[in-house]
Amino acid sequence: MLSEAQAWRVLAQVPDPEVPVLSVTELGIVREVRAAGGALTVVVTPTYSGCPATEAIEVAIRAALREAGADSIRIETRLAPAWTTDWLAPEAAEKLRAWGIAPPSVPAGAQPIRFVPPAPPCPRCGARQTERLSEFGATACKALYRCRACREPFEYFKPI
Amino acid sequence: MTPSHLEYLLHLADNPLILGQRLSEWCGHGPVLEEDLALANTALDLLGQSRLLLTRVATLEGKGRDEDQLAFLRGEREFRNWTLVELPNGDFARTVLRNFLFSACQLPLWQGLQRSCDDGLAAIAAKSLKETRYHLRHAADWVVRLGDGTEESHARMQAALAELWPYTAELFAVDPVEQDAAATGLGVASASLQPHWEATVRPLLEEATLAIPARTPFLSKGKLGVHSEHMGHLLAEMQIMQRTYPGTQW
Repeated sequence: MLSEAQAWRVLAQVPDPEVPVLSVTELGIVREVRAAGGALTVVVTPTYSGCPATEAIEVAIRAALREAGADSIRIETRLAPAWTTDWLAPEAAEKLRAWGIAPPSVPAGAQPIRFVPPAPPCPRCGARQTERLSEFGATACKALYRCRACREPFEYFKPI
Repeated sequence: MTPSHLEYLLHLADNPLILGQRLSEWCGHGPVLEEDLALANTALDLLGQSRLLLTRVATLEGKGRDEDQLAFLRGEREFRNWTLVELPNGDFARTVLRNFLFSACQLPLWQGLQRSCDDGLAAIAAKSLKETRYHLRHAADWVVRLGDGTEESHARMQAALAELWPYTAELFAVDPVEQDAAATGLGVASASLQPHWEATVRPLLEEATLAIPARTPFLSKGKLGVHSEHMGHLLAEMQIMQRTYPGTQW
């Protein structure tokens, strides 16, 4: 039997499978935890419509909660409001940078259709002379950039 | 939810499903690695949108069907996608041009559907809108790059435009299912999307130094279930596993 506070602490230890430096709570995927009558309900909002990690995240959440002592676990998917990078925890930006991924450098909002937004600074050397190599990186949520100063490639977590 | 409303939702679901299927064919065959990833990831987004929409249909239909059964067991005439999305990919120019023409229509469509009287559809629209912006940006950049590119890339892009343009008439053609959906607040009348689409498409095609073909009377009818000769082959490939081993899960 887990309390809501205990459940949140457990979930804060569940890493995202693709970006393991962040937990599912730091990513803003877990929206709500409700404990009622011995049953635990976890409300999650998926990131991208086609994110292949969505099911893996649910499996990981169940496993972590079960291991911590919860026996009745229900996972509820909530689509609205839609997930946004604005929900990334404040400390997430620095963790991403340390991991080599540039965090979103602009708030989500409307992305321009034709103009490329200001290039994110390099997470390794901090230089602003970076260029986009590809709209999509290893995952749909990240783009691929290259730093012209230190010459290293890096991924950029796209604002959405 | 009337049968007509469910038809409308299937139309919304089938467009990204079939286009996602076509874009998936590029996986492993892209001209450069970055574009192989881009097309595959775009397909992934589209398939995700389709899954959400098909699941919404299944829920509202209440007949015990699920997203997989709807995707893999319907016959050709039950699919409601625009003919545009079932056409073979052709070369890279034709592929990105189709993505551009498609996404330029999806953008105002999702914007309008955010106000749908069905909460589930409104939520899916708000989510899909964000992803569509990235699809549109990617495709638009390539249309300009190739159109205003080398002699070869320009020729291929111009040929692609001549081939695809006639199929865009269907995007805005009036049909009873859509009219009914719009009248009841569920959906958006596609004709109302045309000004926004033209405002996005025409200036960009001009920037790409492409000549826009004249309109002809040709009108495809995929959204009415009357598909081109390509749909049967596409479905054969897409549905073969479920049809060979019905009910199989892995």
